Amino acid sequence: MSTASRPLSSLGELATTRKTVEGPDGPSKIDVESMNFYYGEKRALQDISIRIKPHVVTAFIGPSGCGKSTFLRTLNRMNDIIPGTRVEGRIQIDNVDIYKSGMDVVHLRRRVGMVFQKSNPFPKSIFENIAYGLRINGMAGNKAELAARIEESLRQAALWDEVKDRLQESALALSGGQQQRLCIARALAVRPDIILMDEPASALDPIATQRIEELVYDLKKAYTIVIVTHNMQQAARVSDHTAFFWLGRLVEYDRTEKIFTAPAEKLTEDYVTGRFG
Amino acid sequence: MTAQVRQSGFESRIPNPESRAPRPEPRVAGPGAREIVLRRGADLAFQVLALFVLVVALASLATLIWDIVADGAGTVSWNFITSFSSRRASQAGIWHALTGSIFVIIVTASIAVPIGVAAAIYLEEYGGRSIAARLIELNITNLAAVPSIIYGLLGLGLFVRMMGMGRSVLAGASTLALLVLPVVILSTREALRAVPKTLREGSYALGATKWQTIWHQVLPVAAPGILTGLILALSRAIGETAPLITIGAVTFVTFAPDSIWSPFTVLPIQIFNWVSRPQVEFHANAAAGILVLVALLLSMNAAAIWLRDRYQKRGIS
Repeated sequence: MSTASRPLSSLGELATTRKTVEGPDGPSKIDVESMNFYYGEKRALQDISIRIKPHVVTAFIGPSGCGKSTFLRTLNRMNDIIPGTRVEGRIQIDNVDIYKSGMDVVHLRRRVGMVFQKSNPFPKSIFENIAYGLRINGMAGNKAELAARIEESLRQAALWDEVKDRLQESALALSGGQQQRLCIARALAVRPDIILMDEPASALDPIATQRIEELVYDLKKAYTIVIVTHNMQQAARVSDHTAFFWLGRLVEYDRTEKIFTAPAEKLTEDYVTGRFG
Repeated sequence: MTAQVRQSGFESRIPNPESRAPRPEPRVAGPGAREIVLRRGADLAFQVLALFVLVVALASLATLIWDIVADGAGTVSWNFITSFSSRRASQAGIWHALTGSIFVIIVTASIAVPIGVAAAIYLEEYGGRSIAARLIELNITNLAAVPSIIYGLLGLGLFVRMMGMGRSVLAGASTLALLVLPVVILSTREALRAVPKTLREGSYALGATKWQTIWHQVLPVAAPGILTGLILALSRAIGETAPLITIGAVTFVTFAPDSIWSPFTVLPIQIFNWVSRPQVEFHANAAAGILVLVALLLSMNAAAIWLRDRYQKRGIS
């Protein structure tokens, strides 16, 4: 029997025997129920049900193309801007269905911030990068308040000391790691309660990665963080809970140490031990 | 079973003794020496051909410019620029045509730029991919290739007669605006499309609306590209003769246009007028007029490049 066919047969068993994925106990911040997601005709996510807890870091792991990023982007309706996408099922944040008609997407995205895989600072000054979110949401206040808010979010993102003397310089002159922390600061400035991170450190060197990971650890006191990563060591280091996705399905969701030491599913074990993916 | 799999995974890392055996000669041979010489030869031949074409193009341009400079440089003077048209070649100037051209192009730009950019933003950002949208896109592309005289006839019927604008600066500028609108729309769409998706996502993720994203993030980044397209379009408009003659721009005026309702002439028409005179002195005037037109065009392009660089720098520093 070849190694390649093993995960497939495991999934067959999985699909027939598994009813629901039991996650960790406690009240939930994000509550997803039987969610399917389509790109046109193609179903990219299948029957996802998951309850994400407040003030913890939840990691989504899984091989490329397993749907973990797609799922992340349904949580702030970022997929809405891609034509031909469709969501079935229910996604609630703080008991409000975010796909109900009349839902204000702009308001949702202010509350559910996002940091992308490739840092994408605006081609403006460091100051303006953070001021933008505050201005468009009517949170800028007067000059002093704006400056204070910008300093606060740069401090939260552990970037203040590096940039305080050059706030008016272009954000594009910063290093890759600094740019990513600026994007985190930008997301924090509008005071979200959830932060979605889509492989935030995948394009960074180890030292910059470590700083981002420390930051994630610090931020969970105040925010609920969901982080997508294909780096399993990273998931093990930063997250409290881990969800493993495979071929558009949620295979297993539990406390991170359980996922990495005693997973319930064979498929999860194979993945976290590096057997495939 | 797991043990088996592990073992096989482990085994695969042990070098297979057979792989140390001498490898058989590869069956597919690399390119032969003859073929390489042929390929190098083709490469060289293409280089020579490209160089030759370039030299021919540049040489004919240089000859043209030299010819015009030789004919017209003596005539270009402050007096020539600030004088009006005259029956005597030595007293004739181009003030009326120069001001006419500048006036017409400014009015053209103020009509074509807002409409064209707005249409492009709608088509690119809001229009979607419906059949109607694609049909409109196809039509715009075709309109960009319609001969300018057709626009002249349209302008004559629509602006001069039906809307009663008469043979005015406004009628001329409206006609030219129609003429360049497809180019403005196409190049603006191109510039908008070149804005990275990540930038839009970054803006949306902060809770920006579509319009805020377009206005604050997309347009500033697209501005240099849009500007380049605009200047190309306006450069085309400033050299147009046929549509303006069609709508009845006068060929002999002795006054500068003072309002959008004034009759007017433009540089290309004045040049055309002088060239068609039998007297040789007027031909020198035509050459001088061409020099002024070229200078006007070059300064428009220079202004555009300067503006574009300023926009780009704002992004980077």
